[in-house]
Amino acid sequence: MTARVGVVTFPGSLDDRDALRAVKLAGAEPVALWHRDKDLHQVDAVVLPGGFSYGDYLRAGAISRFSPVMETIIEQAKGGMPVLGICNGFQVLTESHLLPGAMLRNNHLHFVCKDQKLRVENNTTAWTSDYAQGQEIMIPLKNMDGRFTADRRTIDELEAEGRVVFRYLDGNPNGSIDDIAGITNAAGNVVGLMPHPEHAVEPLIGTGGTDGTGFFTSILKRLVNA
Amino acid sequence: MTLDTVKNASETPDVELPWAALGLKEDEYLKIREILGRRPTGAELAMYSVMWSEHCSYKSSKVHLRQFGEKAPQSDAMLVGIGENAGVVDVGQGYAVTFKIESHNHPSYVEPYQGAATGVGGIVRDIISMGARPVAVMDPLRFGAPDHPDTKRVLPGVVAGIGGYGNCLGLPNIGGEVVFDACYQGNPLVNALAVGVMKHEDIHLAKASGAGNKVVLYGARTGGDGIGGASILASETFEGGTPTKRPAVQVGDPFQEKLLIECTLEAFRAQLVVGIQDLGAAGLSCATSELASNGSGGMRCDLDDVPLRDATLTPEEILMSESQERMCAVVEPEKIDAFLAICEKWDVTATVIGEVTDGDRLEIFWHGEKIVDVDPRTVAHDGPVYERPYHRPSWQDALQADAPTAERLARPATGDELRAAVLQLVGSVNQADKSWITSQYDRFVLGNTVLAMPEDSGMIRVDESTNLGVAIATDGNGRYTKLDPYTGSQLALAEAYRNVAATGAKPLAVSDCLNFGSPEDPEVMWQFAEATRGLADGCLTLGTPVTGGNVSLYNQTGSEAIHPTPVVAVLGVIDDVTRRTPMAFAEEGQLVYLLGTTEDELGGSAWAQVAHNHLGGLPPKLDLDREKLLAEILIAASRDGMIDAAHDLSDGGLIQAAVESALKGGQGLRLIVPDGLDPFVFLFSESAGRAIVSVPRSEELRFTEMCGVRGLPATRIGVVDGDVIELQGRFTLPLAELREANTGVIEALLA
Repeated sequence: MTARVGVVTFPGSLDDRDALRAVKLAGAEPVALWHRDKDLHQVDAVVLPGGFSYGDYLRAGAISRFSPVMETIIEQAKGGMPVLGICNGFQVLTESHLLPGAMLRNNHLHFVCKDQKLRVENNTTAWTSDYAQGQEIMIPLKNMDGRFTADRRTIDELEAEGRVVFRYLDGNPNGSIDDIAGITNAAGNVVGLMPHPEHAVEPLIGTGGTDGTGFFTSILKRLVNA
Repeated sequence: MTLDTVKNASETPDVELPWAALGLKEDEYLKIREILGRRPTGAELAMYSVMWSEHCSYKSSKVHLRQFGEKAPQSDAMLVGIGENAGVVDVGQGYAVTFKIESHNHPSYVEPYQGAATGVGGIVRDIISMGARPVAVMDPLRFGAPDHPDTKRVLPGVVAGIGGYGNCLGLPNIGGEVVFDACYQGNPLVNALAVGVMKHEDIHLAKASGAGNKVVLYGARTGGDGIGGASILASETFEGGTPTKRPAVQVGDPFQEKLLIECTLEAFRAQLVVGIQDLGAAGLSCATSELASNGSGGMRCDLDDVPLRDATLTPEEILMSESQERMCAVVEPEKIDAFLAICEKWDVTATVIGEVTDGDRLEIFWHGEKIVDVDPRTVAHDGPVYERPYHRPSWQDALQADAPTAERLARPATGDELRAAVLQLVGSVNQADKSWITSQYDRFVLGNTVLAMPEDSGMIRVDESTNLGVAIATDGNGRYTKLDPYTGSQLALAEAYRNVAATGAKPLAVSDCLNFGSPEDPEVMWQFAEATRGLADGCLTLGTPVTGGNVSLYNQTGSEAIHPTPVVAVLGVIDDVTRRTPMAFAEEGQLVYLLGTTEDELGGSAWAQVAHNHLGGLPPKLDLDREKLLAEILIAASRDGMIDAAHDLSDGGLIQAAVESALKGGQGLRLIVPDGLDPFVFLFSESAGRAIVSVPRSEELRFTEMCGVRGLPATRIGVVDGDVIELQGRFTLPLAELREANTGVIEALLA
């Protein structure tokens, strides 16, 4: 038996097909979820993909957070269901208060698309167990509003509890606090990051590496062994 | 003001209409009266004026563009040719690819962000209209002088607009060009290309057939933006009169366009669409008249049913509005509910605004009164055709006589001089690294990008199971074309063709964007005539038909026209994208071969521009049979694993290509000047039909034998090694120093 991993399509989601492909390549069963449908169709985990849901109008992720599907996801995430938010998905997670903090416009005020080196700071989450602690990986980054921020107390708490999951290496591409690229909730089932692991799962495509595969194999192993 | 109905027009033949302010010439207005047998209504005049504008009717260029059809090479790959929204090419395995390049030059000067953004939006809708899923975009760009203050306004706005729209739409941007030249100061060129993929059976055409079928307008609501844009786009000044004082440049909403893509493709999959047309230039006027004239019958529409953003719009304005992100579909009555349900699913506003009729008239109503009653063919297809006079410019001979000989332009000779010249070249704005621009575009989305800029061509995987892919390159060289328009346009074609082959793909078809000055200037018209003749002849020889494209005229400020700038896009197919050839020289010890013949050809070269600010002489000679042979060798070597990297030689010559391949791969090169060649000519000549390749030692014999048997000169010029570029006995340049010179140049300009 394998695990069913859902990928939500909001209006304006762009990397939903890529996330479905990454799930499939890892050996899990990809399930397309629709924003208007509260039913999660018995998935074991959910990916909120990148894109510009609702055009990023108002504020990135601010409208999607009220989609019917999010009601169920928020409820089940609180119950322990693994959720990965990539880029716009990360923004949706902070807007939903499943993760703390918020994303500001990049400090250089431009969209940036590049291969980004990251360090895995926490390999105990549902989505990172296949990486070594401290492993350096190369993952594409592409966003306009990627500068993670939070008040000092929240940052101190995240750092103290080891909830910073990824940090930018070789230069901070957007001015995020403490070079933070991704974080997790206290339980470790909800992870959000700005870079795009689903674009680094085939040697030929994107960065030319497969450093992103670990996200999807991590969740598969966890769900199958659960 | 009373409504100008058809009845009213018949009863008041002497009412003066503002035909001149709408951009019509007197003879054109008289022809409209003759066609109708009465004076046109205001709404009819609006329709004719936009549809008969240069931009929509190609009235000055048509007689020359015919050559693309008349001289078209026999090609089994062509499924749909010129005349539809975009041409369609067979790439095998049941897949078809559609691609097209268009200009959005004038709006991008007026309002760089929105002009460039809506350029992307418009070309993408052309691709959807054919039934294809858009899979990538590219943007060839030309700006004014790098140090001119206005360039700092135009460039960042254009780049942000392309990124802002394309990134939000979710299409990878995989290539293009960035060129600076003072001739584009008041007329930047913002060309946009899109490519889409479909199965053969999914091809859709713009036509409205079957009486009783419904006409559905869907997408964004109609507003007052872009009214008269079509006329203004192609008229000589931006002050041209429009009926109302509203922004002439349209405002884009990429989110709406993304919904439009998904909604349209879902409707296609469910087989709910008889005919389809996007709303671009000339808006509803164009969509209704083209759908009706390409179908079997007539059409009747009620403008009262058009969803409006601004309730005060007049019927004329509704017909002319160029509000973005709108499409028009023809749907059978029994399928209309299913069609509207798909639109609702994607939160897309959709409204039935009319139906196909038995007759042959396009009738449009407003408040129950008939305000348009025309034969749609006279609007869409019977626009004026001009045989504009043209003659060779008086200055052409003097320009060509001013060749960059060693006597006229001092050439570097010593090792130190050559070294300095290389650094100056690779650090010049046109030869510098463009990643400040390209890093603002998403090249990864959709997860099928095999190659993207700065590679020779962008490459997209079409089928994940078979690894079938397509490659596209766009090229143009206004300097070459100014020196000799016939050869210049062929050089643009040859470069794009070579770039596609360099990545291992077989070139199949061409789309072109012809950017020129005013057709009313006989010297500009001569450039246009020569360039189109050259392009048509070149396509015939190379066996790559023109599938469509776009003409942009009046790119001039006062009497100063831009360099004639045909931009050519070549599309190729590759059976297995895992065999693609990248440009990076990454493997130490591999041998570097120069393919082709190098001669003393510096006319229009990057070196002449950078070192002497000189433009004169003749562009490089072109041997199209040699280009075909080179392409065949590059494709065979890629397929059979004989080369690991390849890079085409074009502006900047061999040293520019060598530096790019070395920097990309992070490996140095030891180069030797071949016997009988002057070192300067070896490094900087821009002879056509050449490429450099990196060959594994184990493949050297097989590769050189293949070149020998086929008769392609292949000269071993060095080896991949170390962390410097060394020209033996002349100079050594550390990669770090080259990288320092080559990067950060655009940032510094804009700082």
